[in-house]
Amino acid sequence: MHILVCAKQTPSTTAVLAVDDGKVTWSDPGGSPDIANPWDEYAVEEAIRLREKYGGKVTTVSMGPEDAREALKTAIAMGCDEAALITDEAIKGSDTLATSYVLAKAIEKLGDVDMVIFGRQAIDGDTGQTSMQVAGWLGWTPFSSVASVDDVDLDARTVTVTRAIEAGRQKVKGALPAALSVLKEINEPRYPSFKGIRKATRYMRRRLPIWGAADLDADPDKIGAAGSCVRWPDVFALPPKEGECTIVKADSPEAAAAALVDKLFEEQVI
Amino acid sequence: MSDIWVWVEQFNAQALPVSWEVVGAGRTLADGLGVELAALVFGQDVQGVAQEAIYCGADKVFVCDDSTLADVRAQPYAGLLSKLAAKHKPQAILAGATSAGRDVLALAAVDLEAGLIPDCTGLALEDGQLKATRPVYAGKLMSNVYAEGDTVLLTLRSRAFPAVEADTGRSGEVLAVEPAMAAGEIAVQVLGLEAAEGEVSLTDAGTIVSGGRGVGGPEGFEPVRQLAVTLGAAMGASRAAVDAGWIPYANQVGQTGKTVSPDLYIAAGISGAIQHLAGMRTSKVIVAINKDPEAPIFKLAQYGIVGDLFKVVPALTAEFKKRL
Repeated sequence: MHILVCAKQTPSTTAVLAVDDGKVTWSDPGGSPDIANPWDEYAVEEAIRLREKYGGKVTTVSMGPEDAREALKTAIAMGCDEAALITDEAIKGSDTLATSYVLAKAIEKLGDVDMVIFGRQAIDGDTGQTSMQVAGWLGWTPFSSVASVDDVDLDARTVTVTRAIEAGRQKVKGALPAALSVLKEINEPRYPSFKGIRKATRYMRRRLPIWGAADLDADPDKIGAAGSCVRWPDVFALPPKEGECTIVKADSPEAAAAALVDKLFEEQVI
Repeated sequence: MSDIWVWVEQFNAQALPVSWEVVGAGRTLADGLGVELAALVFGQDVQGVAQEAIYCGADKVFVCDDSTLADVRAQPYAGLLSKLAAKHKPQAILAGATSAGRDVLALAAVDLEAGLIPDCTGLALEDGQLKATRPVYAGKLMSNVYAEGDTVLLTLRSRAFPAVEADTGRSGEVLAVEPAMAAGEIAVQVLGLEAAEGEVSLTDAGTIVSGGRGVGGPEGFEPVRQLAVTLGAAMGASRAAVDAGWIPYANQVGQTGKTVSPDLYIAAGISGAIQHLAGMRTSKVIVAINKDPEAPIFKLAQYGIVGDLFKVVPALTAEFKKRL
């Protein structure tokens, strides 16, 4: 089985973000400012586990700026077999529709992918729509909010998963090839080994294929800002919180509780 | 000018609470633009939901009542939605940002090659152009988003828009439509559902009581649970408590959990890591209970009690029991 993971480089979870004239910049005094999107580590882990169970190989692709290597480095270090970076001036400014189109073209280029796995969403754009839209472009079976992959039947070409949705845990079965987006509860991602990290560093330096729009045979009218319907010209910081926290002080927990409950009735939130 | 459409999501022939928020937001847009509001009701035995949609503000309803739509599955729902939209070309289609709402609109956007703006918390008209506001960077920043094209698809975050009240005096047109896919064409089969019973959904909850590292263990959630039960609230948790295995992941609030926006959020023993705050900062009133007066949660909270949660939380439960 050939499993593809689509992973993204994002700002670290502890990054301090700043907005200047609608453009977002970030730094992280505590460590690396760029990381593999945390949700995507669950996708990588699940792909590796499925390979361990059913055989085959795992490839990871990432779309982003020329230097966006963090997601791919993490994926290889964790145990993915191959990786590729999709980068091109022509794909800058892609919305989710254009992004999913480019990824679908990459999957067509690979040719033999049985399953593509995504993390639930990226922690920068936060759209959480790419996996469904890739399935849409390819006509593959979509499975979102996957909490466990219960069975893959390579002879019957089916996959059975459990989804965690609002109504509860839903067991669904569908045909391969399929596009999955996975939740955090699906697994616990492994830490990369030293050997894995060294392999990833070498892979990035010597072997990483870099694909542009032309390599993917992508229709120029469907990619980048030109191929996108959605624009987001204004990014801005949240308005600061108004007012200070009122600390409720009293002689006993009971008295403090009573005073707090008074306030909450006044606020009309009970 | 073409119409505004809203998808009224249902489960077991009952509309979801967020559906009436979506209808309300759609009604406001339609009135602002001087166009009609059409609702889409798909499912089985959903004539009652269609009638409710009219009472809640729709001028007309496209109803597809069919056994292939009994389970809410993305492909047949999106197929039907995009087929109708390609024919009638509404200028916007709104749905709740639920699992199904996100899936259906994402697939339909590919069929229509249309712009999709997910998880909106605000909608406005600027010279007749629709402007959507949505959180980005895990809620640390906001963005204004615009879309071009015949039709734009938007999902709206739960509790970000007021729900509408039903007016049984309203009338409208009900149009029956045929499904777009036959049973055999649908690639996904639902084998079963283990319903989440007796629990209040975090994203729909008006009140949430959450526990963090400070609860100290699985049994530490018991006072938190009792307060939640007393208030009819949903139970939340910080990542630290979930990672420690004290409470299921489904309860996690924050950057890698759920984003919530209740009227009242009570955080017990949660210090307030930036990742947690990102998931609950839009709560109307935040109450923090923590023994560390320097905990960052107090910077975001409106009310705080500095003290031992194992004394304060049961005292709150007792007080609420007296007064509710």
